[in-house]
Amino acid sequence: MKQNQQSDKQLFDRHVKKIKADKRHTRYMQLLLFLSFFILWELSSQFHWIDPLIFSSPSRIVSLLYENILNGNLWYHMRVTVLETIAGFFIGTIGGIIIAFLLWNSRKLYDVLDPYLVVLNALPKVALGPIIIVALGPGYFSIIMMGAIISIIVTSLVVYSAFREVDKNYITVLQSFGATKWQCFKEAVFPASLPSIISTFKVNVGLSWVGVIVGEFLVAAKGLGYLIVYGFQVFNFTLVLYSLLVIAFIAAIMYQGVNKFEAWLIRKI
Amino acid sequence: MSFLQLKQITHYYFNRSSYTKALDNISISVDEGSFISLLGPSGCGKTTLLSIMAGIIHPTFGSVLINDKPLEKNQREIGYMLQQDYLFPWKNIIDNVLIGPKIVGNKQKEMTEKAKQLLVDMGLETVIKSYPNNLSGGMRQRVALARTLITNPSLLLLDEPFSALDFQTKLKLEDFVSALLKRYNKTSILVTHDIGEAIAMSDQIYLMRANPGEIHQLFEVPIEVRDLSPFEARKHIKYQHLFDRIWEELNSLETKSTIG
Ligand SMILES: Nc1ncnc2c1ncn2[C@@H]1O[C@H](COP(=O)(O)OP(=O)(O)O)[C@@H](O)[C@H]1O
Ligand SMILES: [Mg+2]
Repeated sequence: MKQNQQSDKQLFDRHVKKIKADKRHTRYMQLLLFLSFFILWELSSQFHWIDPLIFSSPSRIVSLLYENILNGNLWYHMRVTVLETIAGFFIGTIGGIIIAFLLWNSRKLYDVLDPYLVVLNALPKVALGPIIIVALGPGYFSIIMMGAIISIIVTSLVVYSAFREVDKNYITVLQSFGATKWQCFKEAVFPASLPSIISTFKVNVGLSWVGVIVGEFLVAAKGLGYLIVYGFQVFNFTLVLYSLLVIAFIAAIMYQGVNKFEAWLIRKI
Repeated sequence: MSFLQLKQITHYYFNRSSYTKALDNISISVDEGSFISLLGPSGCGKTTLLSIMAGIIHPTFGSVLINDKPLEKNQREIGYMLQQDYLFPWKNIIDNVLIGPKIVGNKQKEMTEKAKQLLVDMGLETVIKSYPNNLSGGMRQRVALARTLITNPSLLLLDEPFSALDFQTKLKLEDFVSALLKRYNKTSILVTHDIGEAIAMSDQIYLMRANPGEIHQLFEVPIEVRDLSPFEARKHIKYQHLFDRIWEELNSLETKSTIG
């Protein structure tokens, strides 16, 4: 009996060890892929297998990065874009939730707006860029709106359908105590829909980046999107690729942040 | 004077493509402090009738009177317990129990004490801070009952509160609820499709038939059976007699409806 138990434990230990080794192996592979990509890039550029003027090279990008960190340029442009993206994300997400609430609150409103929402949802929002810029002027505000408008409609539709799917009987329980519509929303509909709402966060972070970068392409005089366009115009592809890498890096961090926030919220519920 | 009166209640459900006549011309009167059962096959309109008494559905025709006054929408006399417990999974047990006072805007502090007391009375003191998902079916049902009782309603509407439970839990909970309601002197209406439960728990039984939902017959439970706890009542000879009568009546309804 005892012997048997011990061997059970040993089996389990072996299993755990194997999983750990497997994980470590995956990490090595990822690192290898990363290093070989950049080394290959660097070598191809050094030996002119690819045109260094167009494809630049990691070493040049790193030295540009270093330079820009020292002279504060990186921080300056990054800050602008990140703030625009965060603002666009919040306006789009919160605005979408508010619209969803209004639609839930009045069935009539939903019925009337339904075809318009469908069309607006299908429309590629970045195509509205020029109109937004003409209407709101070429500045932060337009760019933030680009970041917001791209996610607001789809958020409102997704969240609205989550509101509608909440089991009516939760509302009946509250009504039996004489709850108002707002109380039903606050106590049952909203908390029951939170998982769906949180899942829109992750999507919206990505969407806001798209909106803001396109907005910066169109009007900005600073920001990472601006640097890309500027680098393209003066044929400085080191600058373009540098901006791209910075964007990829920050976007990944933001995405992870939302992921963590989601996990935290779900644990709290 | 009757405490609760239903006068000629008729109710239709309208859909886009069809309609259902769920209730047809139902009149019931209930005395204060009595325990009534609505017994009938599934789909005969029991839940609909209870929702109408709770003021959650407005009947197509007819009226509901409590103490001879029409049922207001915010009538605080009524506690309604749904067919399933519908505890809010994101609230812990005490917050679930406190949802009624919160909606009404009652003093939270006093009510928290009361909620704790109720949960202790129900043998739930160990799970006050737990979440509904961690509780067994019987415990959840008791929490739902506590949530219904905390606003101190004089009329309790119970929609098949024991139907989702295993038999042993159900028998225990019947005894528990019966004793509790007697102690608090509540007027109660129990919906069930279980003949034995109806006899064991109540003073009067309204047998309903379906399509459309109507009152078919009223049975009085013998005094001897009424005074026993549900578990003891089930052993009484008069319980058995009444059971047989209702059983036959239900069967005759079934044959009638298959012929007709
Ligand atoms: N919301 C609804 N819309 C349409 N028909 C309904 C609705 N609720 C119940 N019904 C119909 O009304 C009848 C009575 O239902 P119900 O009151 O739930 O019966 P019971 O509780 O006795 O099983 C059934 O035929 C049911 O299909
Ligand atoms: Mg029912």
